[in-house]
Amino acid sequence: MKRKLIAAAVAATLAGSFGLAQAQKLSGDAVKIGVLTDMSGVYADYGGPGAVAAAKLAVQDFGGKMFGKPIEVLNADHQNKPDIAKNVTQAWFDRDGVDMTVENLNSAVALAVQALGKEKNKITIVNGAASSRLTNEDCAPATGIHYLMDTIALSNVVGKAIVKDGGNTWYFLTADYAFGHSLEKDTSTVVNAAGGKVLGAVRHPLSTGDFSSFLLQAQSSGAKVVGLANAGGDTVNSIKAAAEFGLTKKQNLAALLMLLTDVHALGLNTAQGLYLTEGWYWDMNPETRAWADKFSKVMNGRKPNSNHASVYSATLHYLNAIKAAGTDDTAAVMAKMRSMPINDMFAKGGKLREDGRMVHDMYLFQVKSPAESKGPWDYYNLKGTVKGDEAFQSLANSRCVAIKK
Amino acid sequence: MSEIFGVPIQALMGQLMLGLVNGCFYAMLSLGLAVIFGMLNIVNFAHGALYMVGAFFAWMLLNYAGVNYWFALLLAPIGVAAIGIVIEKTMLRWLHQLDHLYGLLLTFGLALVLEGIFREFYGSSGLPYELPALFRGVFDLGFMMLPKYRAWVVVVSIVVCLFTWYVIEKTRLGAYLRAGTENPNMVKAFGINVPLMVTLTYAFGVGLAGLAGVMAAPIYQVSPLMGSNIIIVVFAVVVIGGMGSILGSILTGLALGLIEGLTKVFYAEISSTVVFIIMAIVLLVRPAGLFGREK
Repeated sequence: MKRKLIAAAVAATLAGSFGLAQAQKLSGDAVKIGVLTDMSGVYADYGGPGAVAAAKLAVQDFGGKMFGKPIEVLNADHQNKPDIAKNVTQAWFDRDGVDMTVENLNSAVALAVQALGKEKNKITIVNGAASSRLTNEDCAPATGIHYLMDTIALSNVVGKAIVKDGGNTWYFLTADYAFGHSLEKDTSTVVNAAGGKVLGAVRHPLSTGDFSSFLLQAQSSGAKVVGLANAGGDTVNSIKAAAEFGLTKKQNLAALLMLLTDVHALGLNTAQGLYLTEGWYWDMNPETRAWADKFSKVMNGRKPNSNHASVYSATLHYLNAIKAAGTDDTAAVMAKMRSMPINDMFAKGGKLREDGRMVHDMYLFQVKSPAESKGPWDYYNLKGTVKGDEAFQSLANSRCVAIKK
Repeated sequence: MSEIFGVPIQALMGQLMLGLVNGCFYAMLSLGLAVIFGMLNIVNFAHGALYMVGAFFAWMLLNYAGVNYWFALLLAPIGVAAIGIVIEKTMLRWLHQLDHLYGLLLTFGLALVLEGIFREFYGSSGLPYELPALFRGVFDLGFMMLPKYRAWVVVVSIVVCLFTWYVIEKTRLGAYLRAGTENPNMVKAFGINVPLMVTLTYAFGVGLAGLAGVMAAPIYQVSPLMGSNIIIVVFAVVVIGGMGSILGSILTGLALGLIEGLTKVFYAEISSTVVFIIMAIVLLVRPAGLFGREK
């Protein structure tokens, strides 16, 4: 431990002095930020144009210039395909002089982009994707940041709450790709540790239209809780079908990853009563409401979800770190991003850890009934706050090899 | 309880039933495609988008005008058919004599435009459409709970499919239509207005897509992407059944729904791919499709 501290101190000092030596230097005489997201597919409301708008708001709030030089926001549609994501990011880094990419939703995309950032020594911030592999097996502590939530935190918050409530047998409906697998695995661990039992799982392809068949399998499993290890449109369709088939009469649904935009799509009639976890909600305090208003103005009246808010926060934190470091050099900026606490409308006392995880509080919400809701987007009751250190995996349990010395 | 490959027969029956429901959607959509291809020689890639528009019309009628499901079932397909008439009169008309590729590209472009417009206004995660009150609840079939609405879907789609097949294959009107595509000049000589007939056929074909859209609205999210999710499968159905074969498209639609349902039990991971595996095999063995005729 002591050796680790000394090493970190030396690294920080080196990075700091390097930063000073390169005072106020920007590569390509500009800061270029690439927002890589799904602009038109199943996750377009979850991230998409809203994420681009959030990054632009951050640049605007920062002042629009860095040391008198322009700050540019680029965006691209990865169509949920890791190969496209990789090509775009490679072109951004090699040809367009992009300094950092943010958002990177879809775990398969995030893993590909983070690996590329590691290779090219460019900062990649993952917001919308949730696979815990990003800070464990596939971690890239020198360049990769995982900002919003991961499958461990999601299962910790909702999983624990449900098992405590008596939901001790589980069956999973899992999206058949990196994210779904991670979420299923991490939630199983939580359920087993809390004394529950996992009875089985079925894996469905991404963007399945009809979930009735899978729900029937879940129904015949007899599990008390059906865990939805999927996201976006898939979760919405699963919940609709569950209501239609009367599954919710005998069994409980646990949406492990569900954001405000999904609740909006589902409508309160179907979504009411669901427990879910998010890292942020627009109607928590005056600060969050003020930012949500700004967002609504540029997004046709839509309210932001936690993913949008975290893109704003991550972008702003990155810009502040460049300002403090006096350069956009990767190592210097990463050192500043780690040493500076994150205090904005998204997180209070947020901290970027050495494995790349941004640790912040997570919230347990329950969806309001139509009678409780005062109008569109008034959807959540806060049921509990889980401190960042409890919600996220501890460093000691991390499977990230690069930080083990 | 008896089992087949480790799956209880009851569960299997349930899955087959659900497969049948999905097969009904495939059948209704591929039927429209088959009619349009058979009569107009157009590969209508806008079919999925018009199915989506049908669902959105139902949603708009309910939310902007307070028109309920039953009227939407009638009005939305008519609205979609009207769009079809405009498309046929102003665009497709000029492509009849050209290679299939032109019609395909035009309709594909139209699909992208329609999808883009709806995504711009309504976002991509879709909107909820409540089940009509009459259909809330389930039938207990003993081996499964079948939501009443799904049973309704099966009934409507079988009636619609049989009706269409009957009109085209067994009536005088159908005979005109078939003759008009074989030899338009000869049929014109008998004093029949062939261009009008072609326009109405296209309108009818896309009207079927609109109807399927309304039927789908309460089950799935009304979403701009719903068309592109289903259209590729539906095209595979048409190709397997034999391009332009009415009966072929109906039977293949139902059969593929069942096969897909079974795949979801035995190996869910390939449930979205199995249709294309079958398509590849059919094309290798019978290039004209199961019910198609070699030309």
